[in-house]
Amino acid sequence: MNWSSWSEFAAMGGYGLYVWGAFGMSAFAVALEIAQLRARRRALRAGDGAGART
Amino acid sequence: MSPIATSLPPRPPASFHLFAYAAPQRFYPLAGRIALASALVAALLAVAGLVIGLGIAPTDAQQGEAYRIIFVHVPAAWMSMVIYLAMAFWAGIGLAFNARLASMFARALAPTGALMAFLALWTGALWGKPTWGTFWVWDARLTSELLLLFLYIGFLSLHSAIDDVRRADRAAAVLALVGVVNVPVIYFSVQWWNTLHQGASVSLSKAPSMATPMITGMLVMVGAFWLYATAVTLLRLRTLILAREGDAAWARRLREAA
Repeated sequence: MNWSSWSEFAAMGGYGLYVWGAFGMSAFAVALEIAQLRARRRALRAGDGAGART
Repeated sequence: MSPIATSLPPRPPASFHLFAYAAPQRFYPLAGRIALASALVAALLAVAGLVIGLGIAPTDAQQGEAYRIIFVHVPAAWMSMVIYLAMAFWAGIGLAFNARLASMFARALAPTGALMAFLALWTGALWGKPTWGTFWVWDARLTSELLLLFLYIGFLSLHSAIDDVRRADRAAAVLALVGVVNVPVIYFSVQWWNTLHQGASVSLSKAPSMATPMITGMLVMVGAFWLYATAVTLLRLRTLILAREGDAAWARRLREAA
């Protein structure tokens, strides 16, 4: 392990904003895609599928 | 009784057929099982990849900790190209053989491909700022990857602009197939043109130019992204099957059971 403390880990050697900006957006995008899929699935199973062409 | 009567080759079981799973209602449950297995393995690989990439891999001699962006940047960039090739392939199959499920597969791949292209650009910008001094340059690698994002958006826009779904499939398939030329341009751009973007760190012909934990972490994350993309694509394919074939008796039974 390279890190002696959590704050050092968060700082990423001064590049924290860039590194966490990259990992954070990836996690956000994945969470958003999963949430959207679940909502779509729920709507399809509940409704009649009308207007849900795609 | 002569033995000849019994030596006839056995008939294949009537239920087996090579293209049985090309029928959406047959593929629907199989897609669910593959998606579940892929999602579980993707989660395990993501945890392992993050532990290796953020915990174990050493600091880079030149780039310090900024290089750790590689553990999301390279998987996203690779998947943006792999998914495009898969999308164009299935769109082409759907176009050539009038196969509904193949067209739905292409349509299911597009949003995840767009997501990967966006993440490749976003993480690349955040990596470019500390290492090159700029978020963006109009060079060959970055511009062709931006074009890939626009191709995905164009595929989805064109598809949703046409009312008849099979006509939409065919029109979008032509766009996807024309856009395929962009994928080798992205891949070879760092060799064909002078660019700020570094060359490939990994190739089949020579040893990787990275420390072992770095390359291991990167490849594990590629596996995680690949299986994630497989899982969400198949789940989206299931929603597309339900939406398009929703009036069929089997789909109505499925909805009533849920």
